Order: sequence, then structure tokens, then C-alpha cells
Amino acid sequence: MPVNAIRDDYHGEFRDRQENFGGNQVVSFTWDQHMMIATPLCLPLEPGMKFGDVVQGILPGTFGHHPDFEKIDWDKAEWIMDGESFKPDFDKSIEENGIPHKGLVRFRTPELAGLNGTHN
Amino acid sequence: MSAVMKDKAGRQPPKKLSLKQNYEMLTRGLGWEPSYQKKEDIYSKLTYEGIHIHDWSAWEDPFRLTMDAYWKYQGEKERKLYAIIDAFQQNNGQFNVTDARYVQAMKIFLNAIVGLEYASHRGFNMLSREFEGVGPRVAAQMQAIDELRHATTQIHALSHYQKYFEGMSDFPQQFDRTWYISIPKSFFEDAQTAGPFEFITAISFAFEYVLTNLVFMPWMSGAAYNGDMSTVSFGFSAQSDEARHMTLGIEVIKFLLEQDERNVPIVQKWIDKWFWRGYRMLAVLAAMMDYMLPKRVMSWKEAWEIYFEENGGALFADLERYGIRMPKYYEQTIHEKGHMSHQLWSTFYQLRKAGGFGVWLPSEEEMDWMSEKYPDTFDKYYRPRYEYWRELEAKGEPFEFEGLPQLCQTCQWPCLFTEPEDPTQLCFRHSKYKGERYNFCSDGCKDIFDDEPEKFVHAVLPVHQILKGEYFREGADPRAEGFDPMFEALSYMGIKPGVDGGLFSEHVDAKKWEEWTGRPANIHEGPVSDAVRKTG
Repeated sequence: MPVNAIRDDYHGEFRDRQENFGGNQVVSFTWDQHMMIATPLCLPLEPGMKFGDVVQGILPGTFGHHPDFEKIDWDKAEWIMDGESFKPDFDKSIEENGIPHKGLVRFRTPELAGLNGTHN
Repeated sequence: MSAVMKDKAGRQPPKKLSLKQNYEMLTRGLGWEPSYQKKEDIYSKLTYEGIHIHDWSAWEDPFRLTMDAYWKYQGEKERKLYAIIDAFQQNNGQFNVTDARYVQAMKIFLNAIVGLEYASHRGFNMLSREFEGVGPRVAAQMQAIDELRHATTQIHALSHYQKYFEGMSDFPQQFDRTWYISIPKSFFEDAQTAGPFEFITAISFAFEYVLTNLVFMPWMSGAAYNGDMSTVSFGFSAQSDEARHMTLGIEVIKFLLEQDERNVPIVQKWIDKWFWRGYRMLAVLAAMMDYMLPKRVMSWKEAWEIYFEENGGALFADLERYGIRMPKYYEQTIHEKGHMSHQLWSTFYQLRKAGGFGVWLPSEEEMDWMSEKYPDTFDKYYRPRYEYWRELEAKGEPFEFEGLPQLCQTCQWPCLFTEPEDPTQLCFRHSKYKGERYNFCSDGCKDIFDDEPEKFVHAVLPVHQILKGEYFREGADPRAEGFDPMFEALSYMGIKPGVDGGLFSEHVDAKKWEEWTGRPANIHEGPVSDAVRKTG
């Protein structure tokens, strides 16, 4: 249902469109069932950046504080975007992998169950 | 003597009015029928929300309070309150609170509440202009003045605390810009930019009537229990106002529902929306109650059971006869009651460098309290995390989230809450609207967006503002050598980087507290400095 407004043409501006981010797009990354990390990491990324460079070069700065992180076998990691599983190509860019602006990329490592198996 | 005194002109004095007549004259009598303007032009915002009102005079004001009486009562309360605040200041009352962790909670409370009360004052002023009925207009006018009075009192409380402690000197900037205060700010601005009937349903009913007891009862008893006489006195002074506000809340709901059947689904939709928004905002209260009060009164879970499940349940059972049901997603609040405070405190802890207050890990004793209060959830999900983090702190490598969190487009919290029935998995929802993607923390927040995307697409999300380079102070040059965007963004938010946030054990408030009082800054851990005299 549309908003009820005094004016029929009321519409807020799209404040966070991609062109407002100076050439970057916003992408969030989150590690499923590792609750010690409280929230997804929200990054400004160049759409042409290789997916593998994000995983190898940026994610460790945040997720690397978790003791499971260094045990991740990236060949076995499962990926989910918008509720559907997908297979990112590490050698292709964010854009080529079809990750939208403000997209959320989830990775799962079922063999790693967090601190003593508590999903922490 | 029965003879009536006459004046020099031989006129009899007017009869003294009964209270009821006095009330009629001073409220309902203030309205008049316009002669040269159309009513629909004067009250132009009363129809677009779809609400139908047939008889404004059916509005009951159970307090029968007139403006002259209002000024008298409020004036008396003000005199008492300021006498107590004065005594609090003269006697260094700020050092009589349990420990300096309590002050960290006050920072969140005061930095947020002043702006909220002020926003509320503006909202009720708008209602007192926009409602056609005189009864509700007078009630709204009084509430507007109440809210302004509360804001003023809180500024006095804040101004005293901020002479001694960090993080309270920039409260207007913090209210407008700080990432966790954007949550209550956006809540109120959503209400203020709605129509008059949605505003009053949101604030007077969903918030004041259904949820405020949670703020008032446990939080004010928490203040008393922790020796904060300044906040307690404010609580007493505001309590009679709150009673009036809550009554307005229930009256407005009954009035809207009784006026026309067509109002019922609209009111239900607003109750669903504003219950969820109010509940999400109160997450901060859950963390404050369970983690930040050095001496605890009750757990969030207990408070939710008493004030929402029992009292709120009875209220909605009463409203059933109007065709109103429990707010949508209330079941989820029951799933979350054993988790919410722990999830939020963990978030504040790891984002501490971006916070305006010091944070700490619960001590062994405090964790035992939580195990007792949260038998089904604490030991299973949260104790292992805290024990591991305590080990890391002991090694000098405290756990930290480096980077920025993803925020919910509606409530503006980081997406930190879990799936309704799976506390091991964060909950994510998203919507696409006109080709643009939006993220949410819950079904409740997604529904609110989907219903009015036109309104939420221009939400100011602090994380996105930082990433766009819009959270920099005037004159900041991102190309300058050594430019630190986080330092700049925090300064813009009214937070002193490296001072206001961080670990409490290293916080300047903790050190100064021990220096000034000779008592530990955290009663559950050892002193953080040499200023506390060792005994035994």
C-alpha cells in the first residue's frame, strides 16, 4: 500500500543510490552462525574489485578476530545472496558476480561451528 | 447571613461555578463555530489519513484539568524538583551513585531523551493546532508543555553530570547524528511526519500507554536503587504527567474505535507499526537494565513478562470488543526476550570505539545473575562468548569488530537480532523498491518499509552517511595527509574519539571516579587505578 500523504506526489529522495557513493558500491558480508561477530560488515567497494581480493584482503581485518577464521577452507565455503545459494567467482569482480549495491553476501562454513560448537 | 453583597452599581456578583462548569468554560468553551472560514480549511489534516470522526464532543477527558489548575500544579512540582536538583548538585550527588558504570548508562539515556522529549513537545503542539475538538486540543497543549518541561529538567540533570564525566557535552549533535541515537530520533521523526491521528496513536497509545511503563518502572527504580536522586526526583515529578499522557493514549484509541468502524483496520495497522518500532527502540533499555545498572532491579525478560505479556495482554483482551487484536509480531518479542539484551550488549562491546560511553564485560558474579535470570539462554548461547572475551581481555587483546555495521533501513539498529526461532543465526530480510535494494533486521521492520517505501527511502542511515563522506565536519579535507575518516565521523557525531568510548577499565571516567571518590569504578571488579585504598 502506498504512503498516505497530504500531497499525492509525495516521495522521499533515494538518499543512498549508488551514484552518491563516489564511484563505490555498498556491499555487506556476514558469516552465518558465528554470532560472536555481532553484525554484517558494511563496505564501500569499487564495483571492479575482484571478489577474491575482498575475501583475502579485506574480510580478515574484521572476521579474522574469530579463532575459526584461519581454519576456513574457502573451496568448501557455501555462499548465499538474497536467500539463494550462489557461487562467486573469486577472479571476477563484484559487479561481474552480480552483487547489487547494498547487497548482502553470506558465507557458511558448516564444518566450523564456532567456539566449542556454540555457534559463537 | 443570607443577604448577598451587591457592588456599588447594585449588581449581584456572579455565582461561583461548579468544577464541572469551570472545566466546560475553560476547555470546551474555548471553541467556536467559524463564520467566515470553512472548517475543512482550518482543520485541513483531519481526513487524509482515512479516519472518520462524527462527534468530537464525545472525547472524554477524565482528568478534567483546566489550564489554570495545570499551571498551579506544575509550578509546585517545578519548585520541589529544582530544590532537590539543587541539593543534589550542592552535595555532589553524582558521586553517590553506585559506581561510574551507572553514569555510562545515563549518557545514553540523557543524550537521547532530551531530544525525544523536545520532539514530542513539537508533535503535541501540532496536534493542539490540528484537532478540531477542543477537549483533545487542550489535552495535547498540556502534554506539549509537559514534554518541554521534561526536556528542560533533563538538560539540567545532564549539565551537572557533564561537568564531571565525558560524553555529554554535545547532546544536540549526538541526538542529530550519533548512530545509536539515530534510532530514537528516527522513531520520533517518523511519527511527527505522519498525520495527527497516526501521531497520537503512535506516541500516546503504542508508546506511552503500552510501552512506557517499561521505561518508567524498572528504570526509575533502577535509578533509586543505584542512588541517583536526580533521576528519581525527575521521575516523581514526571509521573503525574505520564499518568495523564497514558490516559490520553487509551482515550484516543477508544474514541477513534467508537467513532466509526472504518477506523478499526487503520488503527490496527498503526498499532502494529508503532508497537514494533517502539519495541525495537527499547532494545537499548534491555541492555541498560541487564548490563549497565551496577545494582539490578529486574531483568529485561522479567520486565517484559510483567509489563507487556501480562499488562499488555490484558489491555488487548479488553480491546478485542472493538475488533483490535494483539500487535503483529508480538510472539517474536517473546522469543527474543531471553536474547535481546545479550545481543545488543555484545554489539556495543565490539563497536566500542564508535560509542560515546565506556563498555565492559560482565563479571563472574554478574554472569551468575544472568544465568539465574536467563536459565534457558544465557549459559547456552552467551556465557561461552563472554568467557572467551574475558580471556582475550586478560591477554590484552580484547575482541573487536573493525569496520562499520550494516544498518536496518527502518529501525536503524545494526542488523544484530537473530531469526525468530534460531538464536544462532542473524536475521536478514530485504526488499526491492523501484530497482533499489533495502536491508532489514526483522519481518516487522520489513513490513513497515513495504507499506510506506516512499517515506523510508530517504532515511538518514549514519553508516551510509559516513561511506558517502557526508559525516565530516565543515572544512574537513579528505585529501589531507593523515586524514582519518573514522576520527572525523565520530567528531561529527559529537563523540570524542579515543575518549568517550572504549573499554571502561581504561576510561577517563573510571580513573577520575576512583581519584575523586576513593571507591572502585566497577563494584564487581577490582579498582582500575591506584587511587582506591587497598584494605586487608
